[in-house]
Amino acid sequence: MSAPASAPTLGLAQIGKSVFIKGELSGSEDLYLDGQVEGSIALKGNNLTVGPNGQVKGGVEAKGVVIQGRLEGNIQASDRVELRKTAVVTGDITTQRISIEEGAFLKGKVDVHRADVK
Amino acid sequence: MSSVSQNFMKLFRGSSGPETIPDQGSQKLTRRSSGLGELSRTWESTDGLCILDLGSTSATNIRHFTERGHRIYSEDLLTASTDPELLTTDESGAAALDSRKFLADNLVYPAAHFDVVLCWNLPDYLDESLVKPVVGRLWSVLKPGGMLLAFFHTRDAGPDSPCHRFHVVGGDTLEMTKIVLRKDARHASAGAVRTGADGFQLQRVFNNRHIENLFHDFASIKFFLARDNIREVLVVR
Repeated sequence: MSAPASAPTLGLAQIGKSVFIKGELSGSEDLYLDGQVEGSIALKGNNLTVGPNGQVKGGVEAKGVVIQGRLEGNIQASDRVELRKTAVVTGDITTQRISIEEGAFLKGKVDVHRADVK
Repeated sequence: MSSVSQNFMKLFRGSSGPETIPDQGSQKLTRRSSGLGELSRTWESTDGLCILDLGSTSATNIRHFTERGHRIYSEDLLTASTDPELLTTDESGAAALDSRKFLADNLVYPAAHFDVVLCWNLPDYLDESLVKPVVGRLWSVLKPGGMLLAFFHTRDAGPDSPCHRFHVVGGDTLEMTKIVLRKDARHASAGAVRTGADGFQLQRVFNNRHIENLFHDFASIKFFLARDNIREVLVVR
């Protein structure tokens, strides 16, 4: 999974940095979030990117998760989690793979488990 | 608190100490750790351990333990102790940190939750008012038989010993990076913890008796003295 380091490309749903959302978010496409969300985010099978200005207070469930901003809540990723160097995460992470850049902040548990081979 | 039922102490010289010239770009040192070597036998031979790492977020440590099938918790208590909202005064009116508030916000886990706690050099650099309460909380969150590894400077190390972050890179090998205190958006300003020009300052030097008293609720304690003026301590709950 590759995630945009700066401005997202076309084809992604986007939440700009001036947007504030209170409530649950769910969807069936990839999401680039650079605003504020208070509530859970459910994007099963799709990817979530929290941009450098993004702030999330709530749990996140997605296929892949990239954090560049702040997140208070648990992350459940069926594939991969990436914490970039500006990430500030308070919560538990459950995923198959994880990548953490130098400088990222995490307060919580990391539980990596691989899906059973069928 | 329960009293110590059995307490034995071995003091012997290990072969630990810095072995490489630090990389000029990243300022990394490596050192061999007898305490880590003994502790690593646990996570190399057992699956699904619950490990608490009390240093700053270390991708190396997270990778090391998750690759071995363990769950790792990361909590940077030293940085948490710089929260200015912890500032208060003690009975004599001197500045101190509010240990109750600190423990309300940090180290909040079920009792007997962890198999291993990696304390690193935390007690040497943590504010005086937090050390005993934190050790008491660590006792309660450790499983019976769980182990805690801590590093203490000896007097010969000197008062300006830099505060390092430790990364597990092998069975008994650690990589050390100097911690530079970051005054960024995470905390508005430093709290009561004394800091040097760019990092945490050594708060005190423990002697063997102080260390024994600090861990008096634990079942056993083992000392390893290294050539780089670090006293490694492995305690068992």
